[in-house]
Amino acid sequence: MTTTVATQGGIGTNAQRPDGALKARGEFAYSSDLWHEDMVWGVTLRSPHPYARITSIDITEALRVPGVQAVLTHEDVPGTNIYGLEHPDQPVLAEDVVRYQGEPVALVAADHPETARRAMKRIEVAYEVLPPVVNTEDAAHGRAEPLHPNGNVVRHVKVRHGPQDVRADVVVTGEYEVGMQDQAFLGPESGLAVPADDGSVDLYIATQWLHADQRQIAVALGLPPEKVRLTLSGVGGAFGGREDLSMQVHACMLALRTGKPVKMVYNREESFYGHVHRHPARMYYEHGATRNGKIVYVKARIYLDGGAYASSTGAVVANAATLGVGPYDVPSVTVDCWGVYTNNPPCGAMRGFGAVQAAFAYESQMDRLADAVGLDPVEVRIRNAMSEGAVMPTGQVVDSPAPVVELLTLVRDKPLPAKGNDLTDMPGGVSNTTHGEGVVRGVGYGVSIKNVGFSDSFDDYSTVRVRLSVIGGQAVASVHTAAVEVGQGLVTVLQQITRTELGVDVVTIEPMDTSIGDAGSTSASRQTYVTGGALRAACAAVRAALFERIGHTDLPLDHDKIVEVLGTDVIDEVVEWRHRPTYRLDPETGQGNAHVQYAFAAHRAVVDVDVELGLVKVVELVCAQDVGKAINPEAVLGQIQGGTAQGLGLAVMEEIQLADGKIRNPSFTDYLIPTVLDMPPMVIDVLERPDPHAPYGLRGVGEPPTISSTPAIVAAIRAATGMALTRVPVRPEHITETS
Amino acid sequence: MRVNITVNGEARQVDDVWPGESLLYVLRERLGLPGSKNACEQGECGSCTVYMDGTPVCACLVAAGQAEGREVRTVEGLASGDTLDRVQQAFVDAGAVQCGFCTPGLVVAAHDLLTRTPQPSDPEIREALAGNLCRCTGYEKILDAVRMAARS
Repeated sequence: MTTTVATQGGIGTNAQRPDGALKARGEFAYSSDLWHEDMVWGVTLRSPHPYARITSIDITEALRVPGVQAVLTHEDVPGTNIYGLEHPDQPVLAEDVVRYQGEPVALVAADHPETARRAMKRIEVAYEVLPPVVNTEDAAHGRAEPLHPNGNVVRHVKVRHGPQDVRADVVVTGEYEVGMQDQAFLGPESGLAVPADDGSVDLYIATQWLHADQRQIAVALGLPPEKVRLTLSGVGGAFGGREDLSMQVHACMLALRTGKPVKMVYNREESFYGHVHRHPARMYYEHGATRNGKIVYVKARIYLDGGAYASSTGAVVANAATLGVGPYDVPSVTVDCWGVYTNNPPCGAMRGFGAVQAAFAYESQMDRLADAVGLDPVEVRIRNAMSEGAVMPTGQVVDSPAPVVELLTLVRDKPLPAKGNDLTDMPGGVSNTTHGEGVVRGVGYGVSIKNVGFSDSFDDYSTVRVRLSVIGGQAVASVHTAAVEVGQGLVTVLQQITRTELGVDVVTIEPMDTSIGDAGSTSASRQTYVTGGALRAACAAVRAALFERIGHTDLPLDHDKIVEVLGTDVIDEVVEWRHRPTYRLDPETGQGNAHVQYAFAAHRAVVDVDVELGLVKVVELVCAQDVGKAINPEAVLGQIQGGTAQGLGLAVMEEIQLADGKIRNPSFTDYLIPTVLDMPPMVIDVLERPDPHAPYGLRGVGEPPTISSTPAIVAAIRAATGMALTRVPVRPEHITETS
Repeated sequence: MRVNITVNGEARQVDDVWPGESLLYVLRERLGLPGSKNACEQGECGSCTVYMDGTPVCACLVAAGQAEGREVRTVEGLASGDTLDRVQQAFVDAGAVQCGFCTPGLVVAAHDLLTRTPQPSDPEIREALAGNLCRCTGYEKILDAVRMAARS
C-alpha cells in the first residue's frame, strides 16, 4: 500500500477552516441572509394552546390585507399532511386538533414580513381548549388520555443483564430530574424556497440532514423526491435542533402556491416553538454495592418526556437505557426507560442524546455510593470503571480502548486552582454581592460514555464523490457530499483527509446538496467517522485509478507525479461507505450489539458557591477525552470547550420552564445560556487511543464533553454546600432553599 | 419613509422604509449588508453589533429612523480590501470561528474594546464581550483571539 503525505494541512494538523475568513468578514451566506429578486416573506400562525380542538379556521380577513400573496391551511397541503423523523405522526399544518403550544396552524406570504405578520393576526381560529397531558409518568403508565392512536408510549426499552433481583450490602437510591434544555443555536430557522416552472422546488436551507428533509418534504408536497432539490445554506449551529423539519415544507408550499421565491426566518421567540428540545427526565435509581464500593447491581427507571410528537424519542430512549449505568462494570442491570407523548413541546435530538439525562443520575449515584462506603469519588469510579473487553448491559463487548481510569486519573491529578481575590472571580462577579463572605468551594467529578454513529440496526452510511483534475498545472481535488457543515468543522476535516490521501494541497469542497447520495445526519458525533470514512474510501478509489494509469503501485504519490500522469484527464469516483453493522436490541431483554463505537470523557469541576445568595461561580473545568485520533487537534479542543459550556448551562442555568404545557421563557432574556463571564478557563487533555475498527482510529468527539460536565459541576456544588441537589439546572433558590 | 445613513463611509439613501423597521433590517434586507446577524432581535445576543457614530450598538434595537444622518460601520466595513482587520484575522487564526453566527458581533465588540483599551486584561476582555453570546466555542478561543489581536 502506498501512502501519500501532503506537505501541509493533512490529518493531524491544525488546518484552518476554509470558511473562517468569510465568516469573520460577515460575508458568509447563512440561510437567513438569502435574497432573491421578487421574493416574498412567509410567516407561521401557531397554536396558543397546548391541547385544543380546532372547530373552525377563517382566513377571509387575512386575505384582504393589501400585499398578502397567500394564506394556507391544512387544506392546502398538497401531499400527505403528516411527517416525522422516525415515525410520521406530526401534521404539516394542524387539522382538527393541536397538541402543543406553538403547533403550526396556518401560513401567510406577503411582500413585507410585517404585512405577513399583520395578516396572520387576522386569521380567526376557533379552539375548544382541552386539559393538557403534562405528567410523564401518568402518560407512561396509561393514566392519561391517549394523545395518539397507539397510546402515549412512544417506546419502552427494557435492559436485563446478568442475574436479576440481586442483593447487596450497601444500597443507595436516588430520584433525579433534568429540566428541558434548548439547543439555542444562534442562527434562527430560515430558508428560501424557489419554485420552478415544472412544479418542482429548490430549497436553500440550514439543516442537519438534507436527504431526511428531502424525503419528508416530498411526501408532504406530494412530489417525487427529485422534484424537491435541497442545497445547504450557511448553518448557524445546530446541536440536534435542526434534525427535524421546521419551516421547510411551509416555505415550499408558499412558493409553489405563489409562484414566487419565499423566504422564512423565525425570530428568537418563534425559534423556541419551532424546534424540538432536550427531553426532560425523571429518573429513579438504585445502586447495590459491596462494602468496598464495588457495584453489584443497578436498577433504574427513566422517564423521558417526548412532548406532543415522536421526533427521535425512540432512539433517545434506547440511548438512555443502554448507556444508563455509565462507563462502569455492572454485573446485574435492570433498566426500564420510557419515552412518552404529552402536550409539552416536542423533544428530540440534542447533543448527548439520552446519555446526558442518564449521566446526571448515574454520576450522582456514584457520589452517593462514595459517601456510603467512605471512598473518594474518583476512587469509587476507578474501582468500577470499565476498560477494553468490558461487557455492556446490552451484552455487547467493548472491543476498542475504553481508558476510563486514565481519564479520571488525568483530571484528578491536575493542580487545583488558587482562590481568586478579584471581584470578578467571585460568585455574582461585578454585581459586588460578596467579597468572599459566605463563599465555599467544592470539587466534583463526572465521567461519560456515548455511542458514536447511528445504532440499533440503522443502515448508517455516507456518500462522497472525489474528482481529481489538473487546473492550470495544479492538481485539484474536489469533494462533493451531502454531509452538512453546521459549524463543527467538517469542511476542514474533509480537506485534511483529501490532502493526506491524495497528496494534493488544493482541495475544494463543493456545495452540499441532494444531487449526490445520502450522507446521513450531522449528529451522533458521526460525520468525521462516517463521511470521513467514505471520503477516505473515495480517495482510495481515485488513487487506484491513478495507479492503473501509472502501471504500478510502488511510487510515492506526489503532486508532480499526479500532474504528469493525469494530464487533461479527470478521475471521478463516487463511494458509498458503511461502518460495521449494528443490531436491533431485543425488545424483552435489551440485548444486542446495538452500538458502533463508544466514546469517553471525564471532567473535574471547581466551583465557588455563595450559600447566602445561592450564586455559583464555576472557577475551573478540567477535561480529559479520548478521541482515538485527533484529525484537527485545535478543532477537537473547540468541540470540548463548546460541549463543556453547554453542559455548564444545563448544570446551573438552562431550562425551558413550563406551566401546564406552556413555555414561560421563550427568549434570551429569560432562557439563559452561558456568557464569557460564566465560562471558566479550561484545562484539557486529549488522549489518542486508536479504535482499530474506525477510519484512522478516530472516535466521535462532539458529544461526550457535554455529558460529563453537568454532573461534575453539580457534584462540586454538592461538595461545597453539602446539599443533595437532585435536579438540574441548579437554581439559586435550590441552594438557599427558598423555592 | 426615507432614511439617509452613511454606511461604511458611503452615503446611502433608503426609500419605502416602514417606520417599525430596525436598523438591522435596513442593513440586512435593504442595503445588502447581511453581515450583522439576526440571532435574537431583542438586544440579548450581540450578534448584530455595529458602530453608530463610533459607539457599538445592537442594530436590532435601533429604529431605522434613529439612524437618520448617522454614521454606521458594520463588520463588512472593518477589512481593508482583501486584508482582514487584525481582530478578524485573529479570530480566524485562533480557531475562534465555528458556526460563525456570533462572529461578526464579537469582532465588532472586540474591535471596539481594543480601540478603547489596547492591552486589556482577561477580566476586561470578559466584561467587554459579556453581551455577546456564542453557543459553539465555550469562548476559550475567542479570548485567545482577542489576546492575539492585542499583541498584533
